[in-house]
Amino acid sequence: MSIFIDKNTTVVVQGITGRDGSFHAKQMLEYGTRIVAGVTPGKGGQSFEGSVPVFNTVYDAVQATGANTSVIYVPPNGAADAMMEAADAGVKLVVCITEGVPVLDMTRVYPFIREKGARLIGPNCPGLITPGQSKVGIIPGHICTSGPVGVVSRSGTLTYEVVFQLTRAGIGQTTCVGIGGDPINGTNFIDCLEAFEKDPNTRAVAIMGEIGGTDEQEAARFVKEKMTKPVVGFIAGQTAPPGRRMGHAGAIISGSAGTASEKIQSFHDAGMGVAKRPVDFVPLIKERL
Amino acid sequence: MNLHEYQAKDILRRYGVPIPPGEVVNDPERAEQVAKQYGGTVVVKAQVHAGGRGKAGGVKLAKSPAEAKEVANRILALEIKGLPVEKVLVTPAADISTEAYVGIIVDRQSKRAVFMVSPAGGIDIEEVAASTPEKILRLPVDPRYGLRSFEAMRMAFFLYKDVKQARAAAKIMEQLWRAFVDSGASLAEINPLVTTPSGEVVALDAKMVIDDNELDRKQQIAVLRDESAEAPSEVQARKANLTFIKLDGNVGCCVNGAGLAMATMDLVKYYGGEPANFLDIGGSSNPEKVVAALRIITSDPNVKAILFNIFGGITRTDDVANGIVQATKMSPLKVPIVIRLTGTNEEIALRILKENGFEAMTDMDSAVQKAVQLATSPATPTLSEAKGRGA
Repeated sequence: MSIFIDKNTTVVVQGITGRDGSFHAKQMLEYGTRIVAGVTPGKGGQSFEGSVPVFNTVYDAVQATGANTSVIYVPPNGAADAMMEAADAGVKLVVCITEGVPVLDMTRVYPFIREKGARLIGPNCPGLITPGQSKVGIIPGHICTSGPVGVVSRSGTLTYEVVFQLTRAGIGQTTCVGIGGDPINGTNFIDCLEAFEKDPNTRAVAIMGEIGGTDEQEAARFVKEKMTKPVVGFIAGQTAPPGRRMGHAGAIISGSAGTASEKIQSFHDAGMGVAKRPVDFVPLIKERL
Repeated sequence: MNLHEYQAKDILRRYGVPIPPGEVVNDPERAEQVAKQYGGTVVVKAQVHAGGRGKAGGVKLAKSPAEAKEVANRILALEIKGLPVEKVLVTPAADISTEAYVGIIVDRQSKRAVFMVSPAGGIDIEEVAASTPEKILRLPVDPRYGLRSFEAMRMAFFLYKDVKQARAAAKIMEQLWRAFVDSGASLAEINPLVTTPSGEVVALDAKMVIDDNELDRKQQIAVLRDESAEAPSEVQARKANLTFIKLDGNVGCCVNGAGLAMATMDLVKYYGGEPANFLDIGGSSNPEKVVAALRIITSDPNVKAILFNIFGGITRTDDVANGIVQATKMSPLKVPIVIRLTGTNEEIALRILKENGFEAMTDMDSAVQKAVQLATSPATPTLSEAKGRGA
């Protein structure tokens, strides 16, 4: 078992003929992901790598192939529309890799996706992988291996680092999810923790947060109140300098400075394991399995 | 991207927000002339991208043109949170009856732009929010409709009892909202919004922060960037498409990805060192980016060792290796370098480095420990220095 994606996931790649889209579509195919369609406006009727049909719109792609998941590699200015197009076409999981999506665009995208009953992961994220079954996004497949640990993170390469350390120590993963670091994203820590709690194969969860915002503190509260499975956390940015912050609104809205120590304290308070270094995940997870 | 107060005020004036006149000057003589022209008492305000400028002595009253000159002279010599003051805004001092706060920010939690207003405005607004949260009204704006008039009126009556003042404030909020959306802002703030003894509602200070992701499609906003108000190394980094923040330590860090970059800095500290910077070379790296990164890191005289930590996903580690080789051929390093790379095209990268006389590691902890040790131990001649001497 796993969360969000598995061997039955059928994927449409938006921007499949672009530089990043084509490169990663190939990587996903090699990994064994069931890519059933690609979309590039104006290239409908062509075929990608001789096996994947390309359509002009996501609507056409879904009608023809029944794809249930979309992964987006289109430039930032078109990304908001691409996410809404996917949800409107009936795709249930939308994964947006694109970095640099304006945040005001996301204030419009988020409610639209919810109304359509779809789940959005990202934007500005590495996507997700269920080792041995499916990879949707850009997480390098070879660093993952199947096993009992759920991984969720706001960062890309830091996730790779931790997953790689786990894999090297013989600790496999159910699903690894990169939720992205943007202020407004479709799926947050709690969504993933909830899914891992329900997933019978997940026996422990590793969570990697960062300074800024209050998502980690809320995740810690969720762990304390709702989770029976052990969770180990890490916060990046303990040495980051306080920014030359402008204005007062940020502090007023959250009532929190979003510092690393605040977040780490909330992990301790929730009874979670706290990794001081990425490598500390290995023993902390091991003793909880 | 931060805008200066005077730039934010220019934008808000275009949307009709009542704001007293003002002029930006960079020399004290000119401040004196402007003060003379306005007559009466003026305020001289540092234009710098840092909060807390009032508390740092960057905002002063001047009762005469001569005093304006003297005050401007003093403020222009200031450095606030590491940034030199290059310009001051000279504006007539207003008579203030009450001070309110009006702000809009994109809120992670409600995933909307949220208005926040308070009748207790001024520099202690954060304190007000923390100790008397009932004095703050928050209103998330539905992106489908934008700010509606009745919502603006509700907030305005939270600030003022007088219907004329409430109507004036509601109008200002609608203008602020339009400016916020049209400019692609992530924050817009009027603090204080004051009432004068004659009953007018006027914005005395304004701040705007623009979402960097908007700048490609908002050229008229992008041109407002003031590079003289930013640290030179950060300007250089941005031009090379890198994210760089200078710190005070001596281990120069070059990492791909912000999370890993922060975790690397934390690890430097964990092993007893101090990072000299945050530097994220981003995703699809090319050798030129690495060359630029090394140039920026080595221009900091405090740097005693350089640490590369690259986990190749989108980033191809051979690109990074080629960048290191190119950069060091152009200008040999004067400090030792520790390279950790793993992931995409690792074998090619390690071969390139080895052929060019560099050692590379694949484990993060050992690499960080070694860099810290090299930065703290007394200077030993590096490979390139030794070669240089031999030649």
